[in-house]
Amino acid sequence: MNHPDTQLIFEKSRPGRRTGFLPDADPIPLDAFIPRRFLRKTPPRLPEVGELELVRHYVRLSQKSFSIDTHFYPLGSCTMKYNPKINEKIAALPGFSRLHPHQPPEEVQGALLLMHELQEYLAEIAGMDAVTLQPAAGAQGELTGLMMIRAWHDRQGQKDRREVLIPDSAHGTNPASSTLAGYRVHSVKSNRRGGVDLEDLQKKLSPRTAALMITNPSTLGLFEREIVRICDLLHQAGAQVYMDGANMNAIQGITRPGDFGVDVMHFNLHKTFSTPHGGGGPGSGPVACKRHLEPYLPVPRVVKAGDRYTLENDRPHSIGRVKSFYGNFGMHVRCYAYIRTHGPDGLRRNAEHAVLNANYLKSRIAPPFKVAYDRRCMHEFVIDGSPLRKLGIRTLDVAKRLLDYGFHPPTIYFPLIVPECLMIEPTESETRETLDAFADAMTRILEEAKRDPELLHQAPHTMPVKRLDELKAAREPIVRHEPVVSVPQPA
Amino acid sequence: MDYIPNAPDDVASMLSAVGASSLDELFAGIPENIRLKRPLRLPQGFSEQELWAHMVELSARNLTTDSHRCFLGGGAYAHFIPAAVEQVAGRGEWVTSYTPYQAEASQGSLQAIFEYQTLICELTGLDVANASHYDGSTALAEAVAMSLDASERTRVVLSSAVNPQYRAVLRTLFRHSGLEVVELQAPDGATATDGVADLAAQAAAVVVQSPNYFGVVEDLAEFAKAAHAGGALAIASVNPVCLGILESPGACEIDIAVGDAQPFGIETSYGGPWCGFMAAKKHLIRRMPGRMVGQTVDASGRRAFCLTLQAREQHIRREKASSNICTNQALMALRATLTLSGLGREGVRRMATTCVQRAHELEKELAALPGVRRPHSAPFFHEFVIQTPMPVPEFAEKLARRGFLAGVDLQRDYPHLPRAVLLCATERNTRQDVQALAAAAAEILQEKA
Repeated sequence: MNHPDTQLIFEKSRPGRRTGFLPDADPIPLDAFIPRRFLRKTPPRLPEVGELELVRHYVRLSQKSFSIDTHFYPLGSCTMKYNPKINEKIAALPGFSRLHPHQPPEEVQGALLLMHELQEYLAEIAGMDAVTLQPAAGAQGELTGLMMIRAWHDRQGQKDRREVLIPDSAHGTNPASSTLAGYRVHSVKSNRRGGVDLEDLQKKLSPRTAALMITNPSTLGLFEREIVRICDLLHQAGAQVYMDGANMNAIQGITRPGDFGVDVMHFNLHKTFSTPHGGGGPGSGPVACKRHLEPYLPVPRVVKAGDRYTLENDRPHSIGRVKSFYGNFGMHVRCYAYIRTHGPDGLRRNAEHAVLNANYLKSRIAPPFKVAYDRRCMHEFVIDGSPLRKLGIRTLDVAKRLLDYGFHPPTIYFPLIVPECLMIEPTESETRETLDAFADAMTRILEEAKRDPELLHQAPHTMPVKRLDELKAAREPIVRHEPVVSVPQPA
Repeated sequence: MDYIPNAPDDVASMLSAVGASSLDELFAGIPENIRLKRPLRLPQGFSEQELWAHMVELSARNLTTDSHRCFLGGGAYAHFIPAAVEQVAGRGEWVTSYTPYQAEASQGSLQAIFEYQTLICELTGLDVANASHYDGSTALAEAVAMSLDASERTRVVLSSAVNPQYRAVLRTLFRHSGLEVVELQAPDGATATDGVADLAAQAAAVVVQSPNYFGVVEDLAEFAKAAHAGGALAIASVNPVCLGILESPGACEIDIAVGDAQPFGIETSYGGPWCGFMAAKKHLIRRMPGRMVGQTVDASGRRAFCLTLQAREQHIRREKASSNICTNQALMALRATLTLSGLGREGVRRMATTCVQRAHELEKELAALPGVRRPHSAPFFHEFVIQTPMPVPEFAEKLARRGFLAGVDLQRDYPHLPRAVLLCATERNTRQDVQALAAAAAEILQEKA
């Protein structure tokens, strides 16, 4: 039997145990309301536990995961910054959390005002004209933006534009979203400086090109110096520029996508504006666009009419609805609070200190580590881990050993164009002491790699479990608990 | 205000370490002509104290399901949320962690998702579940995508009694894929089954919702039979609460069940964030989108959990992926896990039973009022439709003035149901609430007459 600390809630279940959450139902047989043939024959095998067991089980589990509140978490491209406690308290106010989405606009003027203002704030930060808050995550924002581009081209009769160009350093969601929007994807090479290879771009640009999807700053943590020229090239060819806003934390208040030529982009509120990642979601991926794309934004739109706010559905060119209701409103509330806290100066300072921390950390660990495309970085930088190969060490080993030092590893093996890479984004929230301690750990791990590679191969040594057999998990997938059926003994 | 710890001394020494003379110089890589030369036009920053006061004021401009007695449904449900769920799910360790890519440092998150997947399988009576979707609408669209992927067909047969918003999302997300949608009518509230098997013969899937948008319990077994007769998959969108008492989709031979776990411990929060779920028969596992947690062992042979079957996902397959989903709704799934585990098998049955009882009490009271008509007679779960002589917005406004949130208007989506209101009751509504709403409705309709 598994130790209580490793048991599933199902294994702690004992018949007849219960919590006191709900009152008893009335003793009326259900078939008085619903025909017997629709009723369940066997109840679902849900756990039966008391409230303390429930609480202790999930509190214990929470302690088996790293989090920003407990650990430095320098995941590149994820912007793991501090999630202010006040924003959680605000989002839990009944005046926000206990709103039913079918309430008419007159009953929720505070909520609609908040959404309308947030749309304006994001438009200003992006240098764009209009915003929708509806997409539930960055990937959904990408799809929304691409569908808007397609609708715009289609309306002009340009139905042959069915290709999207994507730099080879891009997130996997970019090509996946393009395919879903009905586009064929062509990859554009990066040049030796980590920017877009203009020659390759021009070679692939054609009358069939609908858009370029670019991440700027890129996933290498570099600002694309030729961005204006790139946008011009696309526009001259009748195509549009979509920007993946994953890395907006580096440039908010410094430069604006709308000002350097981008037509449509998404924000990741869970990155730039600190809505908590929650163990992998919920996210929120608002889309901002220039005036010419506004008619295609999803419905409903939150609009202001006089001093009242309302929801507008009647928009004939809209691509339609991408999610039920109005998006992840709870995340909008946190984002609004975050922007109101920071104001124009605070947001700009976030960018400045995110970039300062990244450059400082880079200076502390390279050398001895090798930075890919080594020049001044923005909010993150990428280490090329391939020199460690000659010691028999892979980046995965370094990452696992970092856990023993109490650090969550950086993003590994992404972007795909740098071998054995580690992508490091410290964010503006961290102290210099934390950055120093991380750099020291990295340096020590490098020494360990030379002295005792086995120590790394076996890492981690201090976690609740040792390294996992992930191959087995994929080969014989077990994605649910199967209770052991006890055979009743004859009386 | 901001949350930056760097003091002026830190900045000076860090700048010197990187060889820059100012913070501004760090941005030299951005061409001068595209730098923003002015501050962003945003309101000046707040201290926490000022922010709190502002947000409390803003929140007070909304009516809530606490300030009023709520009888709204239509895809979002106000249920009781236990304190233990709020407190435990609100812990920073849960709230501020990231996707569990580093399994050894994420066993807590991974085990919780594994338990969530198991709970969803148990409720739906199906074999496998994934780690969650944005919401029920996108989960349904992904299920349809799976069916298209699994067949060479481009048609789906879709009940018109599926949540209109879900159908709208489906239309948007498949705009460019040549999907042909054939809609089934629901004259008596239940979707008509005649001819479905014939339609299914050219369809990738037959899609129904139970309880449907009118609250009516659909005959899932009948639809599954018709779908399979035509070689199509059977997809059901279900309110998971009803599965405490109604036959599971799996037992009805449904292939893919989707829905939203919002009723289990997740705030209505004006429409999100919620928790779309998906469960399916075993043979569909490699076609399922999204994150999935699997059980394995660690190097010393102990049970452990990790993200698995990632070869399906966009970060590996890129343009060849059949879905672009990247995140799941882990924190929301955790709330559902806590709620379901706390309710247990008896609690979920109790919750569902009370919903049925309250809704039927309410229906009986309202249907007896003069001028009120019930367009449907089919069995229902915890929602039902009435037609009154009064336009719905007016009816709803008068109820709001008497302290009730009620009146989902069906006319926009179902023009054949003029002045039709969708009402819902849950365990949060007491018998006194039900009687009070009936009395208020009687008064309002009498004034009108």
